[in-house]
Amino acid sequence: MIDIEKEAARIAERGECAPRLARDPVNLPMIRNWLEAIGDEHPGYTEVAPPAMVQVWTMAGLHGQRTLDDPLGAMMTVLDEAGYTSVVATNSDQTYHRYLEVGEQLSVTTSLEDVTGPKRTGLGEGWFVTTRSTWWVGDEAVAEMRFRVLKFRPAQKLAPEPEVHQAPQAIRPSVNRDTQYFWDGCNQGELRIQRCGGCGLLRHPPGPMCPECGATKPTYLVSEGYGVIYSYVVHHHPQVPGKQTPFVIALVELDEGVRMLGEFDGEPGVGQRVEVVFTKVDDDLTMPSWRPRADR
Amino acid sequence: MNAAIVGIGATDFSKDSGRSELQLAAEAVKAALEDAGLTPSDVDGLVSFTMDTNAEIAVARELGIPELTFFSRVHYGGGAACATVQQAAMAVETGAAKVVVCYRAFNERSGHRFGQVQTAAAANIDNSWSYPVGLGTPAAMVAMFARRYMHEYGATSEDFGRIAVIDRKHAATNPNAWFHNRPITLDDHQASRWIAEPLRLLDCCQESDGGVALVVTTAERARDLPNKPAHVKAATQGSGTDQFTMTSYYRDDLTGLPEMGVVARGLWERSGIGPSDVDVAVLYDHFTPFVLVQLEELGFCGRGEAKDFIRTGALELDGSLPLNPHGGQLGEAYLHGMNGIAEGVRQVRGTAVNQVENVNHVLVTAGTGVPTSGLVLGQG
Repeated sequence: MIDIEKEAARIAERGECAPRLARDPVNLPMIRNWLEAIGDEHPGYTEVAPPAMVQVWTMAGLHGQRTLDDPLGAMMTVLDEAGYTSVVATNSDQTYHRYLEVGEQLSVTTSLEDVTGPKRTGLGEGWFVTTRSTWWVGDEAVAEMRFRVLKFRPAQKLAPEPEVHQAPQAIRPSVNRDTQYFWDGCNQGELRIQRCGGCGLLRHPPGPMCPECGATKPTYLVSEGYGVIYSYVVHHHPQVPGKQTPFVIALVELDEGVRMLGEFDGEPGVGQRVEVVFTKVDDDLTMPSWRPRADR
Repeated sequence: MNAAIVGIGATDFSKDSGRSELQLAAEAVKAALEDAGLTPSDVDGLVSFTMDTNAEIAVARELGIPELTFFSRVHYGGGAACATVQQAAMAVETGAAKVVVCYRAFNERSGHRFGQVQTAAAANIDNSWSYPVGLGTPAAMVAMFARRYMHEYGATSEDFGRIAVIDRKHAATNPNAWFHNRPITLDDHQASRWIAEPLRLLDCCQESDGGVALVVTTAERARDLPNKPAHVKAATQGSGTDQFTMTSYYRDDLTGLPEMGVVARGLWERSGIGPSDVDVAVLYDHFTPFVLVQLEELGFCGRGEAKDFIRTGALELDGSLPLNPHGGQLGEAYLHGMNGIAEGVRQVRGTAVNQVENVNHVLVTAGTGVPTSGLVLGQG
């Protein structure tokens, strides 16, 4: 579970992001476009910009990306990950200290002011995120804005989800004549390692012809199911079908000498002793996975 | 080899091209031919990646290339990049074709994104050992190597981050780079979120839309063309023992890229040069840890020493081994390594935006973690 309030406090603690420069100085062509779009026919905006346009000057453009230290972006990411994937702007309060003159170069800084929730709203359960931005010309603060959005979980998804160990869309292995024995073993609670019927070579992943002796009569032995973590990954992004992030995948070196991948339930470390556990996905598929080896 | 890259072309690099992949391919090939001073009717060979959706015949139709005597595709994702030039060079050397264009074009950000989990890929038997357990993205597959590398050699996330910082620094002064004017610091890298621990967001290359094309012909023909040719001094592919695609986890150790070692041996042997003769290195950088491993496999430093080598400043533009002066795939764009070959050509010509002084030899590598390829480009 993501601790939203803790994440919010962490982002708020960073304070203001680095000043982000406007792409262009305050300019007449953009003022004209904006007046036309808004439908404002006031003739006075030839030397100064309409105050309500302030946010326009520092917009990042059609393909813009948020800067890394942008607190709103960071908070959105946290809420996205917590399942509050939809967004609606709720209110924006702007204060203008003076008119902006054509030719002035603006920059903007933003900090995270407040995150409150979870709140029940007509749209669904969500969090209100408030940021505070200041526009600058040099060292002079020329305008400010308090901006609030609601990040919410769409209402139709509020119904409790069925308790399943892995979601039904989990990725399934493809199985062929060379690998059938392995998956059959998992279904029967056996971790099987291919053993060459000619020279006895143990091999995983398996194949039809022994690279050592050339024999094409593979058999298998049943592993004791113990090994050590050789390497591991903690997967955070993107979402993986059938998994809840973050989760750990460990490459385990079995005591018999071969390596095998599987999900690991626990705090991982290279060299950690593990044992196999079989996780039933459905009637046709059981996956081997790992857990810390119980002391004995 | 008796072959040279005589033309380079590219589309804009974006996140949403707004046009079909075939149009991107056609635009890139057209631009490369114009750069080479050739016309579509001069072309009789086309090479691309098996992953490319643009068939050779479709590209030929769009450009009005009348007849083809050589067409070929190379496997294994980004590992194909330098091998397309090898195919082209072998074709012009043997007379199978006179002028061959290599191309790669995709909407890799706005269309099919490689960074997402490719559920369908589990249909491949090899992938059935990884995808169903949840290991289903390139970042996660590289992260498994990276964790073991850190464990064995004491490398840290910051050591990986230094590669991202260098690439972004170089991209910052390249107007064609997506991250033009957007350098990062090591602190930015360390503050970026986990994607697949130990990889952070800024260890991962971007996803891009775009196309790149390269025109290859014989050294003799190159003499009559307008641009200074980038001669193909050596080109080779490489696959190692017990090779898998992205998941070669079952070898004796996980700290190397033996397939890149195969490429290295081939390049040094065939070009007659060694690591100390390389003036610019364009190393495939989809994920930062494999840049460290490549430095070791290619012989620029010893095993486990890449982290120290990087700290000497060697990879800066004025260092002993300038790395990815265009910004690499972390900084310029992810075009499956083909934009790196174009940068190699510019460095040989002396026309790069971040031009290194007195370039005689450029090393270019292709995709890592997969069967791969490499090139040495140089002056005549």
